[in-house]
Amino acid sequence: MAASSAYEAVIGLEVHTQLLTRSKIFCGCANAFGAPPNHHVCPVCMGMPGVLPVFNRRVLELTIRVGLTAHSQIAERSVFARKNYFYPDLPKGYQISQYERPLCVGGYIEVPGADGAPRKIRLTRIHIEEDAGKNIHRPEASLVDFNRSGAPLLEIVSEPDLHSAEEAAAYLRELRAMLRYLEVSDGNMEEGSFRCDANVSVRPRGASELGAKTEIKNLNSFKFVEKAINHEIARQTAVLQAGGKVEQQTHLWDAEREETRPMRSKEYAHDYRYFPEPDLPELQAPPGLVEAIRAQTPEVPSARRARYARDFGLSAYAIEVLTQEREVGDYFEALIKAGVHHKAAANWTMSEVLRAANASDQPLIRAIPAAAQTATLLKLVEQNRISLNGAKTAFAAMCKSGQDAAATVSALGLAQVSDEAAIAEACDLVLSTETDKVAEYRAGHEKLFGFFVGRVMKTTQGKANPKVVNEVLKRKLAP
Amino acid sequence: MNNELFRLTISQAQAALRRREFSAVELTRACLERISAVEPKLNAFLTVAESEALIQAAAADRRLANGAPALCGIPIGIKDIFATRGMRTTCASRILENFVPPFDATVVARLREAGAVFPGKLNMDEFAMGSSTENSAFGPTRNPYDLARVPGGSSGGSAAAVAADECLAALGTDTGGSIRQPAALCGVVGIKPTYSRVSRYGVVAFASSLDQVGPLTKTVRDSAIMMRALAGVDPRDSTCSARPVPDYEAALNGEIKNLRIGVPKEFFVEGMQPVVDSAVRAALKRLEADGAAVGEISLPHSQYAVATYYLIATAEASANLARYDGVRYGLRAEADDLSELYGRTRAQGFGPEVKRRIMLGTFALSSGYYDAYYLKAQRVRTLIRRDFEAAFGACDVIVTPTSPTTAFRLGEKTQDPLQMYLSDIFTISVNLAGLPALSMPCGYDGNGLPIGLQIIGPAFGEGVILRVADALERSAPVPRRRPAAV
Repeated sequence: MAASSAYEAVIGLEVHTQLLTRSKIFCGCANAFGAPPNHHVCPVCMGMPGVLPVFNRRVLELTIRVGLTAHSQIAERSVFARKNYFYPDLPKGYQISQYERPLCVGGYIEVPGADGAPRKIRLTRIHIEEDAGKNIHRPEASLVDFNRSGAPLLEIVSEPDLHSAEEAAAYLRELRAMLRYLEVSDGNMEEGSFRCDANVSVRPRGASELGAKTEIKNLNSFKFVEKAINHEIARQTAVLQAGGKVEQQTHLWDAEREETRPMRSKEYAHDYRYFPEPDLPELQAPPGLVEAIRAQTPEVPSARRARYARDFGLSAYAIEVLTQEREVGDYFEALIKAGVHHKAAANWTMSEVLRAANASDQPLIRAIPAAAQTATLLKLVEQNRISLNGAKTAFAAMCKSGQDAAATVSALGLAQVSDEAAIAEACDLVLSTETDKVAEYRAGHEKLFGFFVGRVMKTTQGKANPKVVNEVLKRKLAP
Repeated sequence: MNNELFRLTISQAQAALRRREFSAVELTRACLERISAVEPKLNAFLTVAESEALIQAAAADRRLANGAPALCGIPIGIKDIFATRGMRTTCASRILENFVPPFDATVVARLREAGAVFPGKLNMDEFAMGSSTENSAFGPTRNPYDLARVPGGSSGGSAAAVAADECLAALGTDTGGSIRQPAALCGVVGIKPTYSRVSRYGVVAFASSLDQVGPLTKTVRDSAIMMRALAGVDPRDSTCSARPVPDYEAALNGEIKNLRIGVPKEFFVEGMQPVVDSAVRAALKRLEADGAAVGEISLPHSQYAVATYYLIATAEASANLARYDGVRYGLRAEADDLSELYGRTRAQGFGPEVKRRIMLGTFALSSGYYDAYYLKAQRVRTLIRRDFEAAFGACDVIVTPTSPTTAFRLGEKTQDPLQMYLSDIFTISVNLAGLPALSMPCGYDGNGLPIGLQIIGPAFGEGVILRVADALERSAPVPRRRPAAV
């Protein structure tokens, strides 16, 4: 249910994303998903008495990369702060985060709007913090796994610039694609490396003041984000329409029942008692670091989209598909570089490459042949030496075998016959056995032309060049 | 063979061990025997690690055979606030009663490297919160000069053990005076280095922006030897300074001619015992006689130091002590749900002073009070720091009493926390300013109790305060008195 037109939704998102560093943020333990419980732990990330944090400089570099891409101001000096609360997965009883002075301030992310034109969603801040461990509840006991404790996190907070669940989802997709392009995060929602809380309020359309907001936690898929926000907009709109007042609350998304439910006030009524972390000095980027990162920062989705539209004149849909993941666009461009026409490269990437990549559980780069090999294959099509279908067959085989294009085409006998004499011979054979049909055709039943083509192709086991077959047949069937 | 090896100083023992006059095992055994003899009266040790110490001593003897490091074979007591790998580290709290750390504090590792022998872990006020060692969950330590009196705190076990010759030196920590005040009350030398001079890694945190590690020793020279072994950069402590560590001992040349000594007028206060006042003034006269120039200075904001300290230190403590929750290690109370687990574990595990400070600190950081308390305290801290900066424009070191009184009686101040807090009135501002300061004996009162004198230096001025202290020690009219009660 969408908000009734008398009301307008106002949405801000807080995204937590894990950074792809080798080690954790404040100790040397591996920052890795999937190990047995409490495998990647040490006295520091277990919060033993007397331990001290030592900041992983790589986190600074990755955060600056994100901040620059999001047009944020990079603070010359930022400050870590302790966020105090008790929870079993939080070993020190406080989380080291940033509060009054975050590393990145302001900025925006360009999101494709409903009309296709880019829309700027402003950011409030991007700050650095450490992740907590994970509670595992069993009937007999609750257990804690501290492998994730101390994993580096970015919190990216948007301004309340979003007005619908669809827009929120588009922002999240864009942000996730950006983080993946920048190679700072894998954006994996299932593994919890990309998590989202949404602040949702509803106000009469045209009002300038914000209504009371609900914070929805636990949104761990794009689908849930959309559903939860729509549910919350509908709920708040109904409250307002009935003349009621929306209460400022924290809700939890219940994926089973597909509804949000308020958390007990005890679960969220925290006074976090932030204060500057005395164990860490102010965070200062060494001179030149920001500029060095700026010079190396890769292209982001919005820039790539603009370039594809400008240079290749592709459709909005094609651009969307080709820029969703960085490797897809990279592959598309590699084909062009290898001499494939951009139209053919786009079509092939969107169909065959994505089909093969989706069918594989390997990363794209390992699931499909090198672009040079694919380009060779596509040139054979261009030169009429194999058919398009033959190329698809060869490509699928190459994905499995890893063999090169030429070897695959010859091994599968896909080389196309363009020799007129050979094709004429096949045509003669077909026409001589189908004398009735030939007579019908000559009597004006021109639809039978396709039938003859089919028979010739069958006779040549699909290897005949269809263009040549057409020409020869036309000639031979002429009255 | 000298059967009172435990009486030796580090520098005496170093020389004798190198000359192989006796072995490290013999020295360690002497200390362990001394510990058995006096511990029933003092209760300075929470853990005595006899067999481990003898193993360390035997290893030290092997190293002594071929060019040994600085502290090889020297028995050094460790305040029970330092993580010691494989050895119980309680912080004098029920909540860590059976906690055995899997790692060494950096300074403990450095002492191991330097060949030191650890006879055991020393008593203290729980989590270093207190000025008398009466806040230990495992009973108070007594002053070796008078068993009815406190040794001071929080490093009371360290000061008493060194004074009573149970070990040649000890490690302490000082957040508001916890090395200097017990050193004063037990008649030993104690130095709190510049904040960041010594690594805090593996030191159970009380107030992170104030805590510093330092030695308690029998002589100034021994403090210089210990400082060289302890100080220096540590990749595990981001607040630790990378400045090179000088040879403090080499600088003890007795030369203080034209040295400018500042005496803050605000530090000779009402409530100070006259005997303390006169002993400090007599010491200043001796320094003047050696060529130093003594002049009055002012530290106008020092009157706010105690209030400022009890906001900042408790705020940081409230966060630092949150990890004792019964989940991963330490005491875990029986409970039916999570909040009960937290509540009961912490109710049973912490003593009353620790609870008081956690509550104070939690309050100071609370929404609505943060600006009025914590933030304001930080501003005053800056003013106090500036006072010292200005003062050190006009003098090289500052001399004050360490504590307004000599050792007080057990139980005398336990009912009045504010009176207890005031026994650190001269030491606290130094922590707030992050400066180095040393306490050394400068006389005895009518009851034979030691009186402490404090020498404060500018940041990283450990060298100059050790030099002044050494000069003062040399000019002492009477030698150090042995504690009467042990």
